[in-house]
Amino acid sequence: MSQKLFHVSLSPHIQTRDSIQRIMLDVIIALLPALAVALYVFGLGALQTILLAVCSAVFFEYILQKFVLRVKPTVSDLSAVVTGLLLAYNLPSNLPWWMVIVGTFVAIGIAKMSFGGIGNNPFNPALVGRVFLLLSFPVAMTTWPKPLVNRTALTDVVTSATPLSVLKEGVNGGQTVSTLSAQLPSFWDLFIGTIGGSLGEVSALALLIGFIYLLWRKVISWHIPAAIIVTITIFTGTLYLLNPAVNAHPVFHLFTGGIMLGAIYMATDMVTSPMTYKGMLIFGVCIGLLTVIIRVFGAYPEGMSFAILMMNAFVPLINKFCKPKRFGEKI
Amino acid sequence: MNNTLLYTIASLSGLGLIAAIILYIIAQKFKVYEDPKIDEVDEVLPGANCGGCGFPGCRNFAEECVKASDLSNLYCPVGGDECMQNVARILGREAVKKIPKVAVVRCNGTYKNCPQTTVYDGAQTCAIASKLYGGPTQCQYGCLGFADCVAACKFDAIYIDQETGLPVVDDDKCTACGACVIACPRHLIELRKKWPKGRKIYVACMNHDKGGSARKACQTACIGCQLCVKECKFDAITVTDFLAYIDPDKCTLCRKCVAVCPTHAIQEINFPPRKQPGKDTKVKTNKQDSQNSQSDNLSAQTHQENMQSKTNNDQGDSTQNPNEAG
Amino acid sequence: MIKTFPKGGVHPPDNKLSCDQKIVRLPVPEQAIVPLSQHIGAPAKAVVKPMDLVKVGDLLAQNNGFISANIHAPVSGKIMKIDDCIDVSGYKNKSIIIKTEGDSFAEGIDISQDLNEEIRLTPQQITERVASSGIVGLGGATFPSHVKLSVPKGKTCDYLIINAVECEPYLTADHRLMLEKGKEILTGIRIILKALDVSSAIIGIENNKKDAITYLETLTKNVPEISVQALKVQYPQGGEKQLIKALLGREVPAPPGLPIDVGCVVFNVGTVFAIYEAVQKNKPLIERVVTVTGKAVKKPSNFLVRIGTSVQQLMQAAQADMDQAGKIISGGPMMGKALNSLDIPVVKGTSGILVLPWEDSKRAEVENCIRCGRCVTVCPLGLEPYLLSKLSQKAFFERAEDEDIINCIECGCCSYTCPSGRPLLDFIRHGKTTVMNMIKQRGKK
Repeated sequence: MSQKLFHVSLSPHIQTRDSIQRIMLDVIIALLPALAVALYVFGLGALQTILLAVCSAVFFEYILQKFVLRVKPTVSDLSAVVTGLLLAYNLPSNLPWWMVIVGTFVAIGIAKMSFGGIGNNPFNPALVGRVFLLLSFPVAMTTWPKPLVNRTALTDVVTSATPLSVLKEGVNGGQTVSTLSAQLPSFWDLFIGTIGGSLGEVSALALLIGFIYLLWRKVISWHIPAAIIVTITIFTGTLYLLNPAVNAHPVFHLFTGGIMLGAIYMATDMVTSPMTYKGMLIFGVCIGLLTVIIRVFGAYPEGMSFAILMMNAFVPLINKFCKPKRFGEKI
Repeated sequence: MNNTLLYTIASLSGLGLIAAIILYIIAQKFKVYEDPKIDEVDEVLPGANCGGCGFPGCRNFAEECVKASDLSNLYCPVGGDECMQNVARILGREAVKKIPKVAVVRCNGTYKNCPQTTVYDGAQTCAIASKLYGGPTQCQYGCLGFADCVAACKFDAIYIDQETGLPVVDDDKCTACGACVIACPRHLIELRKKWPKGRKIYVACMNHDKGGSARKACQTACIGCQLCVKECKFDAITVTDFLAYIDPDKCTLCRKCVAVCPTHAIQEINFPPRKQPGKDTKVKTNKQDSQNSQSDNLSAQTHQENMQSKTNNDQGDSTQNPNEAG
Repeated sequence: MIKTFPKGGVHPPDNKLSCDQKIVRLPVPEQAIVPLSQHIGAPAKAVVKPMDLVKVGDLLAQNNGFISANIHAPVSGKIMKIDDCIDVSGYKNKSIIIKTEGDSFAEGIDISQDLNEEIRLTPQQITERVASSGIVGLGGATFPSHVKLSVPKGKTCDYLIINAVECEPYLTADHRLMLEKGKEILTGIRIILKALDVSSAIIGIENNKKDAITYLETLTKNVPEISVQALKVQYPQGGEKQLIKALLGREVPAPPGLPIDVGCVVFNVGTVFAIYEAVQKNKPLIERVVTVTGKAVKKPSNFLVRIGTSVQQLMQAAQADMDQAGKIISGGPMMGKALNSLDIPVVKGTSGILVLPWEDSKRAEVENCIRCGRCVTVCPLGLEPYLLSKLSQKAFFERAEDEDIINCIECGCCSYTCPSGRPLLDFIRHGKTTVMNMIKQRGKK
């Protein structure tokens, strides 16, 4: 059959150049500033954790798809890299190496592949991995290396508490915020990230640079991050005004813990977030409320990952009730 | 410590008891009376929920059977006569007997017979491709090969032959439920009478074009030449819009039409080799056919048919056909 | 602030390769294939027999019902046969095949190029002339124009909207027509205004045709009833609903709502020119401007061709590279139809022939839906394409109907924008036709 045959299909006959791979690449690029800060603050330990998480995530995805599910591996779409990277950003840099691998296995194997691979997972895989580790190994997951010291060591560095846990324990111990403030880092340190914590979440500045890049590339819309941040500001601001003795300043809340990382990169995960702008706003507001409730009234100092996972479960419901306005429909 | 354990057990059992009582009351209150016969009928049905009877599922069919005053319009093609006898016994009514049928794909537009002229690049279903255009070949009546029938079949009885690109029905598995008949947008699949040993005679073409253009599109197209009509002694063959159709109720499998068809559009399946020309010559032609198969499309086709009938014959011999016994 | 429609839409690369090419008249084809169904509605009934001799403009087929259109001979010569020929639908349909002999026009047709601005016919006569000349919407929808001119009782029309948007990438036929036949188009608009008894007309043009906007603005300076409105480039602005929303802010109700329900009648510029020729020159619709373009065409051009000319001849005239060509499309890349044969004739609705090169013609590989919601964002009708396509794929047609699948205008924004390369519109279209049939069946019961 030497004669060339014409292609025939229904319209449209042109498509955008955008692909899943391109979207994932954009997310990775947006995460690079935070990577640089993590390396600067935590040194080689951070590098080890990140490399381990990314490589094992890709490895598990490939192995599971090739030999267990027997489908065409979709490693080249880079989604496993993003999952590994995000999971690593949610871990302390001195976490034992095998825990990192257990975490990526849960993230890829249980949270993603068992539901049918990319696009079918109801929960954010990286967060499932993180919460699994947090519940299984609570001590290791809440032992943070001290920032800016011992950056060449891989393990057993001097540890310190995160600002959030200092606050939580202090307030629970009967101290007021003003007396604790001596132990807490300044807002500027919080903003640029020279604080203790999970390795990717420390620098609000680096994450915001990535946010601007994602907005410019139109990978995400502003709705979810804005809804989360505004809700948290209003909620914690109200609490702060009511009783400044036990409630921290809203700026402190915004720049500590995983709020920036969660709001910009985890809650906006396309697969597990609502489709319409209206739905996204509802989703974001609920995440903000849940986060503050867990932080202020719950047992854990940090509530972002739980809040996002809980709201992930509501996404199908939100999609069902937040329909876009049909053209020609009277309101 | 012991007290705690005791309280826990007691309170949990109490909760369980309360829940059970509530459930019981609700179940009693909202109970819907159902004829126990429905369950009985449902039991003897195949349970495939294929919809071949015209109802959404076996349960609905069972309800309908119990409701209906006679069973003349109700028939489960999957279970067949035996199943309907059982249903009739339960209900104390008379069951109708029907001739078992089997699905037949009336197209022989293999890659060789019917060369492709375009490549379809859209969503891979026949329904959408047929909405777009006449198909990837010049024949706008033939099989598109995107396997809507395979997807529709609940019994795994139909598959696409990769070499020809056409669906093949597995007679042993086919229950004549008719799902593929509805699924095919070209209406190529027909339920025809099931003969012993899986024998079939049918026109493997649905091309309504005039002879010339039909032949141009496909080597084995029916060109509406009427030769078979003249040959048939049983008035089983009619030609409408340049297309012959063999009435399965009138056909006696005499195979005369097969011999006269100039384009080999009429297919004979699972027949022993013909005896008229003498066995020796037949073997020779067979050999010639296989030698020429690579160069000549037509002989390749006949060769393929022989191969097919051989394999099918083997199957037929190994598995006992219930119809033959009865 | 330039106007556009507020919700959805995409902006594919313009690729208007042929926008500087003057319209060239192609020679009369040796043989014309004239399908009997070139419009929406009932196919026309042939009134000629094989071996009849016809002149250009003679009636070949009579309209068959109210929503149907006459068909006239595009060439003079002998009727060879009335046979099944493959046409744009991809199927064989009844067509009249004429062998060309000479090029003589029927009597009464003014073939001069002179401008005739004086409108002598009464509104009634105009509508009748449009109907008898077989004019249909030339933007691609091919809706018979006389139906639009007869406003149904109880409805009023207060705006005439001229669709000069040409939002499809590549196509330039309307653009060239406006530049070269601007005065004729203005006369055509005045004819339609008279027929509809409406006092104002708006010409909507996308902002990537700046020369046409300036030219028409200078022409309409002293014509108070006609105004020109520049629009932001955004596909599918050429859809009636989007255009009315962009120009007037009115929303046409969901189907079976029509533009007339919000007091508008929309005509394409090409149709306006055809109406001018029919009314002022008594010339039926026998030729149209067709853009032949694409990256596999060496000389992208705009041709004035007779209906019935084969696509092959057009491609030869534009020096299409047949070794490179991978997909041939009648119409634009977003809504056009891929052709499965080069013998397919140009019909009334053929606005362009687009030849895509081999490497661009294949669709991207289909991957899982990642629920990014882009299809929802770009859908100009406020539908949820991901959901509709899933529902029709799984044959949940009743639910698809509840999700307003029949509102879909098949613009293709969803499939265009999908990063997973999913054929969303293929499935939605399948679901839409199935649901339409279901509704029709219900109506019968």
